[in-house]
Amino acid sequence: MTAAVEARTAMTLRERRRTTRRRNLRRHWQLYLLLILPVAYFVIFQYIPMANNVIAFKDYNVVDGIWGSPWAGFEHFERFFANPVAWDLIRNTLMLSLYGFLAGFPIPIIIALALNEVRVKFFKRTVQMVTYAPHFISTVIVVSMLILIFSPRIGFMADVLGFFGMSENLLANPDAFRSVYVWSDIWQTAGYSAIIYMAALAGIDPSLYEAARLDGASRLQKIRHVDLPGIAPTVVVVMILSVGSVMAIGFEKAFLLQNPLNLSTSEIIATYTYKIGLLNADFSLATAVGLFNSVINLILLLAVNTVSKRVTGNGLW
Amino acid sequence: MTLKTATRAELETEPEAKRRKPKRRRSTQVQDTPVDRLFMVGVYVLLTTFLLIVLVPLINIVASSFSSPAAVSGGRVFLWPVEFTFRGYEAVLNNEAILAGFGNSLFYAVVGTLVSVALTVMIAYPLSRSELVGRRALIGGVLFTMLFSGGLIPTYMVVRALGMLDTRWAMIIPAAIGAWQVLIAMTFFRSSIPGELYEAAQLDGASDLRFLWSVVLPLSKPLLAVIALMYGIGQWNSYFSALIYLRSEELYPLQLVLRNLLVLNNNAGGTNLAGQIEAQQMADLMKFSLIVVSTVPVMLVYPFVARHFNKGVMLGSVKG
Repeated sequence: MTAAVEARTAMTLRERRRTTRRRNLRRHWQLYLLLILPVAYFVIFQYIPMANNVIAFKDYNVVDGIWGSPWAGFEHFERFFANPVAWDLIRNTLMLSLYGFLAGFPIPIIIALALNEVRVKFFKRTVQMVTYAPHFISTVIVVSMLILIFSPRIGFMADVLGFFGMSENLLANPDAFRSVYVWSDIWQTAGYSAIIYMAALAGIDPSLYEAARLDGASRLQKIRHVDLPGIAPTVVVVMILSVGSVMAIGFEKAFLLQNPLNLSTSEIIATYTYKIGLLNADFSLATAVGLFNSVINLILLLAVNTVSKRVTGNGLW
Repeated sequence: MTLKTATRAELETEPEAKRRKPKRRRSTQVQDTPVDRLFMVGVYVLLTTFLLIVLVPLINIVASSFSSPAAVSGGRVFLWPVEFTFRGYEAVLNNEAILAGFGNSLFYAVVGTLVSVALTVMIAYPLSRSELVGRRALIGGVLFTMLFSGGLIPTYMVVRALGMLDTRWAMIIPAAIGAWQVLIAMTFFRSSIPGELYEAAQLDGASDLRFLWSVVLPLSKPLLAVIALMYGIGQWNSYFSALIYLRSEELYPLQLVLRNLLVLNNNAGGTNLAGQIEAQQMADLMKFSLIVVSTVPVMLVYPFVARHFNKGVMLGSVKG
């Protein structure tokens, strides 16, 4: 018995940890069994594609496959940047998402603050119910609605614009593309995006309101000194996420809103990647462009998170 | 708040409150100054404007869908149907491509949601258990996919290599698990399933799987509803996977059929001039009816789940 005790104490820390692990595996094998399929999913559909990005540095051809194709170094990146279209694409992508961020970020906050003041339950619930709804409409339908209501022949919005002296078809105008894109996005998502701020407002300590009231604060002062500080951490997190996705602006809507007339502003990196990759089958170039986009995006996200942590003390992690 | 103002305010309000009825009125309403009242007018004007901006296009679409082809084509409909008919809906329901797309979308939404929810629970539940070896690394691996993704072409190459191109699998498997949903489910399991339950189940000799099936899942119905609807509505509304992976029209989901009809404006015209005008008018009307028909399924579920969705958003917003 004493020998066994000695042997056990003589075990190194590492060995002990290994035995507890083995015991853990034996006892909870079912948990690991559950993990097999999902982990396989993440490996096959998320991590292998990441590894496939290596073809951005190769001259990919189907015969030799991903690993057998000859190396090309940065040739495809150079080819992309040598093309004058590249800078148009980058500019279009950045302008579209910056416009979307500047216009779309404050509006849900304002709506949430306003809704929070409303005491008439029926009105509040109606506004919420109606303004959440467009979030659940598909992109195809939203774009179809835009095409129809801005159609000079059919749509009522064309009449409204005509009243202000704009008679052309807005969707064929490259100068209007960004506004159409951004404001229809706000139409679709502002109400729903307000939910997260409503939740943050609901979490504010009621005693703060009580104190503000006793100090004789007006409603506006209450918003400034209680509501805004209360939702600040949420605002920062949402802001980081939006800035971090500046380059990741969606393919779906831009592609649907595109037509030959507005292409000078509506062609963004995502739609270009689709065209050269799947329509022209230039896999290596398309992958290089996509990789460039993802890397810029990741750097932006990390940078914003770091700055935010230093300035406000709030970050994603 | 200083102590002085607090005591003064208490002295002033306490006796007053006692004199009035025992049930105290909402003090914010009593205290409104003229400036506050003006501010509230502004709040109501702002929200009403927003409400109308959201509502008017929706009403216009619905009103148009019930109008006559000539009225729609002439742009004469605003918020109320003109020359009320169901002709638009009859045309939609007689179109085989649309019905096939509807059926396909229903299939993708139901099967895709089942697969997605099952896989999400299968990864989120083990990850919610602290005793899992390698838990932190696995969570990191899941979250990293939110920051960086393989990209369009590299993912396409995997799907092609697996022989899934132009099959129904391509609509269900490649985007089966969302990192966001895993995060939501994991947070829910960690915060809502008390550790005591697991200890009790263990004493009764229940295995991990048994515990998950008989205790955790029945307690997680709100969570399952939230993620099922996120996946379901996402699947119903997406056209991207179909656009890149599918070639055969008989596999097209509704959204891709809609894109061809509504955005690309592909429709058959008549042969003679009168027929062409008629066909054009009918095609215009059909678009409105089609928008309504394809959005109805989502709008039917939405009110029941709006509350759950709010919870889901909140669950996800809790950092963890």
